[in-house]
Amino acid sequence: MLKFIAARFGQGLLVLLAIYALTFMLVALTPGSPFSTERAIRPEILAQIEAFYGYDKPPLERFWTSLTNALQGEFGPSAVYANRSVTDIILEAFPVSLTLGTISLLVALFIGIPAGILAAVKRNTWLDYLPMSASMVGICLPTFVLGPILVLVFGIIFQLLPVSGWFGPDYMVLPAATLGLFYAAYFARLTRGGMLEMLNQDFIRTARAKGVPESTIIWKHCLKGGLIPAITYLGPALAGIISGSFVVETIFQIPGLGQWFVKGALNRDDFLILGLTVLFAGLIVIMNLLVDIIQVALNPRLKYDR
Amino acid sequence: MPLLDVRNLSTSFHLRSGIVRAAQNISLTLEKGETLGIVGESGSGKSVTCYSILQLIPQPPGRIESGEVLFEGRDLLKLSESEMRSIRGKRISMIFQDPMTSLNPYLRISTQLIEAIRVHDNMDEDAALKKAITALEEVGIPDAASRVRSYPHEFSGGMRQRVMIAMALVNDPDLLIADEPTTALDVTVQAQVLDIIKERQRRLGTAVILVTHDLGVVAGTCDKVQVMYAGQVVESGTTDQVFYNPQHAYTRSLQKAIPSLQAKNEALYTIAGTPPDLSKPVLGCAFYPRCPFPKVKDQDGPAPELTELSGGHCVRDCGYCDRTKPIETVLAQDVVAEETP
Repeated sequence: MLKFIAARFGQGLLVLLAIYALTFMLVALTPGSPFSTERAIRPEILAQIEAFYGYDKPPLERFWTSLTNALQGEFGPSAVYANRSVTDIILEAFPVSLTLGTISLLVALFIGIPAGILAAVKRNTWLDYLPMSASMVGICLPTFVLGPILVLVFGIIFQLLPVSGWFGPDYMVLPAATLGLFYAAYFARLTRGGMLEMLNQDFIRTARAKGVPESTIIWKHCLKGGLIPAITYLGPALAGIISGSFVVETIFQIPGLGQWFVKGALNRDDFLILGLTVLFAGLIVIMNLLVDIIQVALNPRLKYDR
Repeated sequence: MPLLDVRNLSTSFHLRSGIVRAAQNISLTLEKGETLGIVGESGSGKSVTCYSILQLIPQPPGRIESGEVLFEGRDLLKLSESEMRSIRGKRISMIFQDPMTSLNPYLRISTQLIEAIRVHDNMDEDAALKKAITALEEVGIPDAASRVRSYPHEFSGGMRQRVMIAMALVNDPDLLIADEPTTALDVTVQAQVLDIIKERQRRLGTAVILVTHDLGVVAGTCDKVQVMYAGQVVESGTTDQVFYNPQHAYTRSLQKAIPSLQAKNEALYTIAGTPPDLSKPVLGCAFYPRCPFPKVKDQDGPAPELTELSGGHCVRDCGYCDRTKPIETVLAQDVVAEETP
């Protein structure tokens, strides 16, 4: 197991290095520079700016400097926002996105998985049709529609919750619900499918023939295998929840990372783009590693050591 | 009072495409310690009959339409689900066809065996584990004490079927239903598995229902036989009656099709055609379209009844064909095989 984790971790580092190099190359190859503006700048000033940010050196040297800095946790200054380093921006915005993402993921799991189990166990009854119809709606409804609906109902009509900002737990409810319900819908469908597949297996018939009660069959015999599709989706889901929170962050005016993604791209802020890309890549690598470990724990047929 | 007395059991499946009458009017009796063989080709209702006895039919779409399953005089079909659970695995156990898929791959062998014990017995974990290890040793699994912690995928097919048998027999049931227990195994392992069942039966007086395709297995192990075709029993009796004096055209064709009884270098005899579609009502003799004997009457008529010839030898004697000749003289081209669309 440890060997497997170490190997996967090493692979993850290689992936990150490749992503870093590729992003650096793409950014460097893109025409224009972070410092080109509509107003003409005098060449000597431009040269000074470029020297400050290290743009006067050849690309390979710049890559090496930026990589060694990145390894020390310093992604360089923001090329657009003076006096703020990319690391500062990340440190300020990432906790917000991480909090929102984690709460949303918990919402998604705690609603989606029980709903999926219920639907599978009570298949072809209204306890199946109701959550499954709701999840269909949830999948079809984009967050920029669901968000305003929730704002309208809970923020404006009933005035129960604040509609924007990020100042405390009650501010988290609506954005987390918006983001979480969308993924809850996916988890519900994946869990239902997984559980149904388990319930149709021969070994479930064996368990029934042993006289095992139905509840034990579900919790002991089906759950491990039935959760595997949902667990597999956990990695992409978390990445999606954090990077895809841009829409939700905009609707609810949350100072998270999503806005910086867009600002970085629009402003040609090379260092910011690079820093954020590596951050998200790292997140996905870690999540996938985590999912792999959970998979091994759930499925005894997967043994990576041998 | 027989141990098991099934009377006129009918099970059907209500599907979108229609009602499939998978088992119709099945009757069988079994005394303590007896072995009953149920033979017939795939889809003839053998397994459905067994599942119906234990009510393991998925309902819906399955439905037990009528009949009685008297186990020690008690009708199992009238029991509540929890009463039924106390019988499954304790009084009546079952072994399934495919050992590769019949054990839960996510749970250790020990977990599954201990569960089988503790569902019925208020025994602590350690005692149950000891009992589980003993059960594995009894079915010939070497080094059971350490292997009990394995997962099913770490065992071979034959070993898994032994585990299944150990699990089915761990509570000393009065009746063991073995649904094609050796079909998925190779020949040497088949013999070993059957020996294990026979040995347990001799020692504990367990009654066994053995579902199989293999007439040789029936001849070697069973006291009584039922031949099933298209959801009906077409012939039943003691093994000797059915094997030495087969009456129904289907039984005779099956016997004719046993490879080892045929001459070398000769094409194997097969029963032409396919079984009828059970979602449509069958008129007359269900085997009529595939019957190798000359037909003497049209098929449309009332279904023939299962009638007793002598000493418990029953046959669904149709009288639609002339069975006076041996099958060899019935020319193959005379067989009009009606393919089901």
